[in-house]
Amino acid sequence: MSRPPTSAWRKSALPGAGSGVIWVNAVVQGILLGGLYALFACGLSLMFGVMRVVNLAHGDFAVLAAYLALAVITGLHIPVLWSALVVAPLFAVVGYLVQRFIIQRSLDVSPLTTLLVTFGLSIVIQNALLTTLSANSQSLPSGSLASASVQVNGQLSIGYVSAIVFATSVVVVGALQLFLSRTGLGRQVRAASDDQEAASIVGVNVRHVYGIAAAIAFATVALAGIAFGMYSSFDPAAGPQRLIFAFEAVVIGGMGSLWGTLVGGIILGVAQVLGAQVDAGFGVLAGHLVFLAVLALRPSGLIPARIT
Amino acid sequence: MSVASAAAPPLRVTRSRRSAAWSAVLGVAAVVLLASLPYVVHTNITGLLVNVFILLALATMWNLLAGYAGLISVGQQAYVGVGAYVVLVLAGDGLNPYLAIPFAALGALVVAVPTSFLVLRLRNEYFAIATWVVAESFRLIVLHFPSLGGGTGANLSGLGGIDPVLRQALTYWSALAVVVAAILGAYLLLRSRFGLDLTAIRDNEIGARSVGVRIARAKRIVYLVAAAGAGAVGSLLIISQLNVQAGSIFNVQWSAYMIFVALIGGVGSIEGPIIGTLIFFFLQQSLADRGAWYLIILGGIAVIMAMYLPRGLWGLIGDRFDLKLFPVGYWMHRGPAPAGRETE
Repeated sequence: MSRPPTSAWRKSALPGAGSGVIWVNAVVQGILLGGLYALFACGLSLMFGVMRVVNLAHGDFAVLAAYLALAVITGLHIPVLWSALVVAPLFAVVGYLVQRFIIQRSLDVSPLTTLLVTFGLSIVIQNALLTTLSANSQSLPSGSLASASVQVNGQLSIGYVSAIVFATSVVVVGALQLFLSRTGLGRQVRAASDDQEAASIVGVNVRHVYGIAAAIAFATVALAGIAFGMYSSFDPAAGPQRLIFAFEAVVIGGMGSLWGTLVGGIILGVAQVLGAQVDAGFGVLAGHLVFLAVLALRPSGLIPARIT
Repeated sequence: MSVASAAAPPLRVTRSRRSAAWSAVLGVAAVVLLASLPYVVHTNITGLLVNVFILLALATMWNLLAGYAGLISVGQQAYVGVGAYVVLVLAGDGLNPYLAIPFAALGALVVAVPTSFLVLRLRNEYFAIATWVVAESFRLIVLHFPSLGGGTGANLSGLGGIDPVLRQALTYWSALAVVVAAILGAYLLLRSRFGLDLTAIRDNEIGARSVGVRIARAKRIVYLVAAAGAGAVGSLLIISQLNVQAGSIFNVQWSAYMIFVALIGGVGSIEGPIIGTLIFFFLQQSLADRGAWYLIILGGIAVIMAMYLPRGLWGLIGDRFDLKLFPVGYWMHRGPAPAGRETE
């Protein structure tokens, strides 16, 4: 639970390099790690922006997706990236059902109930994974991808995995933003988010639209889970930490703003890597401190919301 | 109706009635009985009851936070940890660990003051996750101090010279004292004028604000009380386990336990956590050889309860039989007071 996904960037901090280059390297690796956090966070950001729901089981669903991907990869003998084609659509269905049958029902009771219910789900998923799959940590077999990297110069190299994850994250955030601003369904999502009653008067099926938003969010959770599994090892208890990082990215960037979430993820990633550069045990704490500072000084986040 | 009411006897308002008097008698009897257990039963049973008391005290405090002040915290383990480490440090300096329990509560309260100024500015989901991040930060900070045992944990000193049976009995009495203090404290708090504020906040925060309830102050007081309670529980944990490890004392699992117990028993009543704790331990003991299954089942029940029965089992029982063991509200009666039975 306490282990940050450090293995990917630690490798590239070569011993004996000049101190300036080490810091440049740390910032670059932090930005790339931020891509992973942003990918984790954009589903959370979308669900909060549209439904005002924070899914506390977000990280556990990502871990579940990683386990599913592992089963798909070993069962179908396909490369790791292809597993997304199976797991992401499956998760979209799961997301729709979870929204319609669990989250919507809790929303109808009270907004605070969604926190309690998703927290309960989180514990149930963790312990279900623990009892069925043991506490052993796993990782996704990424084959030659895992060690491949682009050598920028003598001291700076960029791993394929981090580059792919970062690019995916930018593409996902951009696609979500385009979907919300340019498509008819996206307009319905924004309408349902702005004013449920007015949206239903003009013919929007709000509950269905919320389900769609959750389906999209869960598909991104699946991608994040797979990316996480390629970055570092995971175990049944890894979810809460992912949720915290995702939430931190969302809050730092500004709740409900997708590009803000990307920026927030990058700030969190850089803070963690720079913190770890100062002292190996200080990385995650540095991220927490940045988050708490943002909450204390600028609770609306660094970038104002634009989804709604 | 107006004619009838003119002729009707005057209304009387009381807080207690016979069921409450009975529950007071039963409560005292239960505490006396429980206090005598170490003389009667094996330490296995008192050991189990220590865990029951720990959970009940935690759930009672969480219920004050969530059930009355509307504060959903998933970070109470922060203060459980602070309490445990205060005992560790004081015992290292030579203080008897049992005497350190009040200091653990005090230490948690002191730490909660600055924290409250950060987290109480936040609402709902922000508050929930901020409290969690605070707990995680405390854990990471403790890991930086080798004198506190770092990641591997530290052993409590100062109890080695005590006979194990006596030690078990002292631990048991301490846990009983903490849980009685927690429940009695919550009861007296809710019966006070301040409890009226809290109940108003529970029922309608905006309405409460509009009639002059000082919401921020009320929430801060509840947050500090809950932190002190969690700190006392943390001291019980280190005393009963004789060691402390940052990863487990600051684990979010503690919050999961409190939340499940309160949700199943019933949020917003003192009786709820008691019922919830009994169910928790019944399930845990009967599924003891099936690993984490009890948590899966408890979590599932808690989720379903939150969605379909938000006031929990006690809400169901209390309404059905019009029963209150801890009367914090008021009853209205028609008719003259029966002689000698005026309870207020």
